[in-house]
Amino acid sequence: MTDVNAAIDAEVKGNDVVLFMKGTPQFPMCGFSGQVVQILDYLGVPYKGINVLDDMGIREGIKAYSNWPTIPQLYVKGEFVGGCDITREMFQSGELQTFLVDKGIAVKQSA
Amino acid sequence: MTQDATIKSLIETRLNDAFAPQALSVIDESHHHHGHAGWREGGETHFRVKVTAEAFRGLSRVDTHRRINAALADAFDRGLHALAIEAKAP
Repeated sequence: MTDVNAAIDAEVKGNDVVLFMKGTPQFPMCGFSGQVVQILDYLGVPYKGINVLDDMGIREGIKAYSNWPTIPQLYVKGEFVGGCDITREMFQSGELQTFLVDKGIAVKQSA
Repeated sequence: MTQDATIKSLIETRLNDAFAPQALSVIDESHHHHGHAGWREGGETHFRVKVTAEAFRGLSRVDTHRRINAALADAFDRGLHALAIEAKAP
């Protein structure tokens, strides 16, 4: 395992919810990353945002790590959930909320 | 497929060949991302694909997207930067 891969693996496994994104949760630099931030914030889920624009190694390495060519990428309890489209579809259908609760992640009650 | 072919036509060809979809639309949304990361003069960087194919039946969302992304590997190599995917089985 390369250093970059090991660093990514440590983040993914060391945090319950991790979002690899462009920009930060406070200042997303890409609309797709921003959509996932909005969803996680809406659900009140604590997560770690990792700005791939800060590190070219991670920016490329995360694509290989998950065999997924685009960013953002959401991980929950070490498991790859998906990118922007999948996260949004799951949120809209309510699956994301159920999935998070099943994983032991508290989400804000919504109507 | 020559190098001169557009990214849009490359995406259409690859998806048709890979999945024989019942419905397919490939939409260039590059103009929505003018000046953002990955954008370039001439466009053809940000696409949305809507694809309905029997091949996706029974697959998870992640597996469906993985198969679409894999079919489009050379389009990513040629400058495709962002791909929004709406995929389903008929």
